[in-house]
Amino acid sequence: MANPIEQFQIKPIVDLQVAGVNVSFTNSAVMMVVTVVLITAFLTVSVRSRALVPGRWQSMAEVFYEFIANMLRDNVGSEGRKYFPFVFSLFMFVLFGNLLGLLPGAFTFTSQIVVTFVMAAVVFVGVTVIGFVRHGLHFLRFFFPHGAPLATAVILVPIELISYLSRPISLSVRLFANMTAGHIILTILGGFVVSLGAFYLVPGVIPFAFLSAVALLEFGIALLQAYVFTALTCIYLHDAIHMH
Amino acid sequence: MPQFDPSTFAPQVFWLVVTFIVLYVLMAKVALPKIGAVLDERQRKIDDNLDKAAQIKAEAETALAAYEKALAEARAHAVAVVRETTDRLGQEGERRSRELADRLAEQIKAGEARIAAAKETALAGVRDVAADIAGAVVGRLIGGTPDRARLEAAIGAALEEQGQ
Repeated sequence: MANPIEQFQIKPIVDLQVAGVNVSFTNSAVMMVVTVVLITAFLTVSVRSRALVPGRWQSMAEVFYEFIANMLRDNVGSEGRKYFPFVFSLFMFVLFGNLLGLLPGAFTFTSQIVVTFVMAAVVFVGVTVIGFVRHGLHFLRFFFPHGAPLATAVILVPIELISYLSRPISLSVRLFANMTAGHIILTILGGFVVSLGAFYLVPGVIPFAFLSAVALLEFGIALLQAYVFTALTCIYLHDAIHMH
Repeated sequence: MPQFDPSTFAPQVFWLVVTFIVLYVLMAKVALPKIGAVLDERQRKIDDNLDKAAQIKAEAETALAAYEKALAEARAHAVAVVRETTDRLGQEGERRSRELADRLAEQIKAGEARIAAAKETALAGVRDVAADIAGAVVGRLIGGTPDRARLEAAIGAALEEQGQ
């Protein structure tokens, strides 16, 4: 049976060193490049005809655009407009990373904790900077709920601070853990299909049915996690701009 | 787990940053403005068409109002014409019937005069005939011609006796 962890192995394709830092082009980087190329191709080719009544591809591009635009508007309001390209890029990057990772033999870069953590950290730092730029030191009020008695600050401020600081961790671990767990389950079930099916055809059908169901579930999780990651980013943006 | 191997961090972070910045620039400068333009264009066209529809509706309502006004005017005019004509015809009819009545009355008067004259003539005739017949009868009876003046006087007396 194949080792279910092996699929997360980073394999260098072109060894590169820049100023003593290893920046090798790896299987992970290949998928990132493929993701960027596919997203760009999808979004530019589909609207090339600029049809008044959109075709299938153009409809899909418009659905993605309006989906994220509405999410941003509902959560952040009109001030969120200038962060739209970033939030949209983030959503498409995670979504395509998740979906392309489901293709057999493909590498899933969203199952890499370092990748999800860097994205979450960028969101966290960016949102914090926006908060301080917009509100100055008043942004610190965010860690003490309005109307609470002053004496409770001793308890409330540390709690709020910890919950705020754990945001990048929960955001990154959620995506990483979902993708990793899903791919491990798929590999293990796939191993069952092969090992059971090789000896007895009929028992192999049972794990295959499971595998099909889980593959469908993973497809849903790929969509859902991209949505969750983006929605949380919008909520954090809202907190930074409106403070509660 | 291979994900926790720190030696894989640097190359992944580097390529993540590179690819994500490229994606961001492509989205912000190329893809999103294009899709946004298509959506704006559609929205503008829809708004235009809605405006046009509202304008046409307003025009239709104006036309309807004008039509109804014209209809009301025409109806009022028709009523006026009918009333005027009725009045005029009524007067004309009255005038004509009065004329006819006058003419008939005249004719009746003339007829009565003619009848009276005819009666007188006839009465005068009756005397002559009576005198002739009486003369002839008397002549046959007495065998000679009686005096005409006496005869006529006798007839006049007889007629007067009968209330003629």
